[in-house]
Amino acid sequence: MNKFFTKNRDLTQKLGFSLLTLMTLMTILPIIATVIYIIVQGAPAISWTFISDFPREGMREGGIIPAIIGTFYLTLGTAIFSVPLGIAAAIYLSEYAPENKATRLIRLAIINLAGIPSVVYGLFGLGLFVLFLNFGTSILAASLTLSIMTLPVIISTTEEALRAVPQSFRTVSISLGGTRWQTIRKTVLPQALPGIITGVILGLERAAGETAPILFTGAAFFLPRLPHSPFDATMALPYHLFVISTQVPEMPIKIQYGTALVLLVFVIGMNALATFVRGRARAKRQW
Amino acid sequence: MKNKIVIENLTLQYSDGTESLNGINLDIPANATTVLFGPAGGGKSSILRCLNRLNDLADVEKVTGKILLDGENILDLKTDVIALRRKVGMVFARPVVLPFSIRGNLTYGLELAGEKRKSRYAEAVERSLKLAALWDEVHDRLDDPAIALSGGQQQRLCLARSIALEPEVLLLDEPTSGLDPISTSKVEDALIELKKQYTVILVPHSVQQAARTSDYAAFFLEGKLIEYAPGTEIFTNPKKQRTEDYVMGRFG
Amino acid sequence: MQKDLNWREFLITRLIKFSGYSAIIFVSMIFFFLLKEGLPALSEVPLGDLFSTRWYPIESYYGILPLISGSILVTVGAGIIAVPFGIGVAIYLAEIAPRWLRNMLKPLVELLGGLPSVVLGFLGILILSPTLRVTLDLPTGLTALSGALLLGGIAIPTVVSISEDALDAVPKSYRDAALALGATRWQTIWRVTLPAARSGVLTAVMLGVGRSIGETMTVMMVTGNAPILAKGLGDLFSPVRTMTATIAAEMGEVANASTHYHVLFFIGLVLFLISLAVNMTASAIVFRQKKRAERVLS
Repeated sequence: MNKFFTKNRDLTQKLGFSLLTLMTLMTILPIIATVIYIIVQGAPAISWTFISDFPREGMREGGIIPAIIGTFYLTLGTAIFSVPLGIAAAIYLSEYAPENKATRLIRLAIINLAGIPSVVYGLFGLGLFVLFLNFGTSILAASLTLSIMTLPVIISTTEEALRAVPQSFRTVSISLGGTRWQTIRKTVLPQALPGIITGVILGLERAAGETAPILFTGAAFFLPRLPHSPFDATMALPYHLFVISTQVPEMPIKIQYGTALVLLVFVIGMNALATFVRGRARAKRQW
Repeated sequence: MKNKIVIENLTLQYSDGTESLNGINLDIPANATTVLFGPAGGGKSSILRCLNRLNDLADVEKVTGKILLDGENILDLKTDVIALRRKVGMVFARPVVLPFSIRGNLTYGLELAGEKRKSRYAEAVERSLKLAALWDEVHDRLDDPAIALSGGQQQRLCLARSIALEPEVLLLDEPTSGLDPISTSKVEDALIELKKQYTVILVPHSVQQAARTSDYAAFFLEGKLIEYAPGTEIFTNPKKQRTEDYVMGRFG
Repeated sequence: MQKDLNWREFLITRLIKFSGYSAIIFVSMIFFFLLKEGLPALSEVPLGDLFSTRWYPIESYYGILPLISGSILVTVGAGIIAVPFGIGVAIYLAEIAPRWLRNMLKPLVELLGGLPSVVLGFLGILILSPTLRVTLDLPTGLTALSGALLLGGIAIPTVVSISEDALDAVPKSYRDAALALGATRWQTIWRVTLPAARSGVLTAVMLGVGRSIGETMTVMMVTGNAPILAKGLGDLFSPVRTMTATIAAEMGEVANASTHYHVLFFIGLVLFLISLAVNMTASAIVFRQKKRAERVLS
């Protein structure tokens, strides 16, 4: 009886493990296949011209440099607004905020910001920045919109990085006559910096890939020249891919995959950078 | 002997209702080692943390009474706590080195104080390491990370770190509790030198350490001061029964 | 000098405190704007019409039910895929796979999560939809099913990541205790580890589903954009229109302050409230669990 019972359980376990392994394969293999497919299909389009030249023939030829530069500007703009504010907010939550209802409300607000659909951010950006504040369809409006969207990511990861720093450091610093801000500035923040940087990289990576928030706030499809000021509209990589794959007739497949490949390389690159920063920080840690 | 610190009727209550200190009256003489001993929960650490106002960070519900340092009440709301903490240094039970070099640990307090003169840094580093009996072991590798030191060395570094600020009082909360006997005796020897310049208040981790190091000793039980006497008397001839019970190891 | 330091410290503390409260300010601003531009729709369009089944703005038909049903259909479809696969992969990574394999696979899953939604929509148009059309013999590959599959793919990394953290956080002692009592690893997973991590896993699922509801570009590119009321899961094989795609597709063409404009904002308001509800429920679960002193990662 015992042997039968055991055998039955072993069989269940074997089946169960196989099922889960299968499910994992079914998830992982398409990812790998997709990446390879994009690389294979898109590589022929990649040339120095492609990433440095302007588009011609209604985007069907030439390069995509304005989209690349546009995404760069938008990412920079997002960073300028969201990084200082996000880090400061995280410092407040980690180092200053008492455990009371007001703090819970802040945390709830952050969770909510994180969950708002990207297209609703686009609506908000349109209503507030483009129309009400009269910035027009501009890099400024789009960056501000993306910043608010990126804020919760930066706040969460920064707070986590700050909390990982041992409390004993703070106690020692205070006992040596340090103020709370001195303690943060000289000890806590520097030690949390790698974690913060990782979070910023991942947050900005997400912002750079978003289309819906910039659809009505700053993105344009065809601009004759690069943007001159923050009040100009701009091309952007994700938006560019969207338009050329849905709205331009007879767009060469090669160009579409090439654009997708550029985006893919960007994402992989940022992920790798974040992993690298995380790994080096772990190795160099002094606690 | 003049009193460096006078504690008058100190009562402390934490916000979870526990009463930590109850009407403490205690004199701490200058240039001597005063030992606060007793079983856990007696309030000894709470007193230390009142002396450098580190209790401000804890969940303290109520504090009444006075603590006079050189005649000034440091529990007063107008007290400059930052300056107080430089005057009253603290060494914790577990050695907590900051994530910097040895030198960086020592100069940290001076940087906080806004000391700009580089010459003062070098001088403070050497002086404090020598007083903490650590100079010989680390003087040639001051830029190494402090975390690389052994436990006993780290604790002496923490001691040196407090000394670098030239305090007037040193608070030590079970400073040798994790250390081996050799490191322990090194720390205790350093204290003998230190009390010549400073006032030392020590919470020992054993009655034996209390007996070894104290000029004066105060026995605490459940937040009350039971007995206070010179070290030569209290361990050999305690006056209160509870004190004798504890010293003889009948409880604790 | 000390006074100078005090003044600086005070200013910096004030700035930091303000930054902390900024999140509340932003959420309130967003809510306010959605209300400001969306509520007029309620007065401009009779309630019965607003909740009718015909969405044809050109002729002033503003029935949003087809859009809501489109979103629900695609999200439910995505959930059917993401929940089992997400939790399954999370269990595999956390409990079954050897360390080296896990360290190799986890970045791959994170990569999927980091892919911009346009890229997935793009692949949907070029690869997935034609494949589905051919293999399932459909008139068009741009259907709710394509959307559901892709959204499931987008939600899986979220579910995997958070669930895996939650499973990882279950103390080793729980597993050891079960194994010591003679349970197999499989039994341990299902009877001990997973229940212990259940609030983290539940949070993961809710966040994954929340992400699906809010997805815009992918659905806009592959679901066919036909605002027809979906009546059941069978309609997975037809084109649909989600709320998010509607806003994205039509916002560019509306006149400012027109009725159409207001209705689109109203839809945005509905989306905002849905995500609010999902998030508040998820956080209430987490908060209750934290009070029970279990470690949960959100």
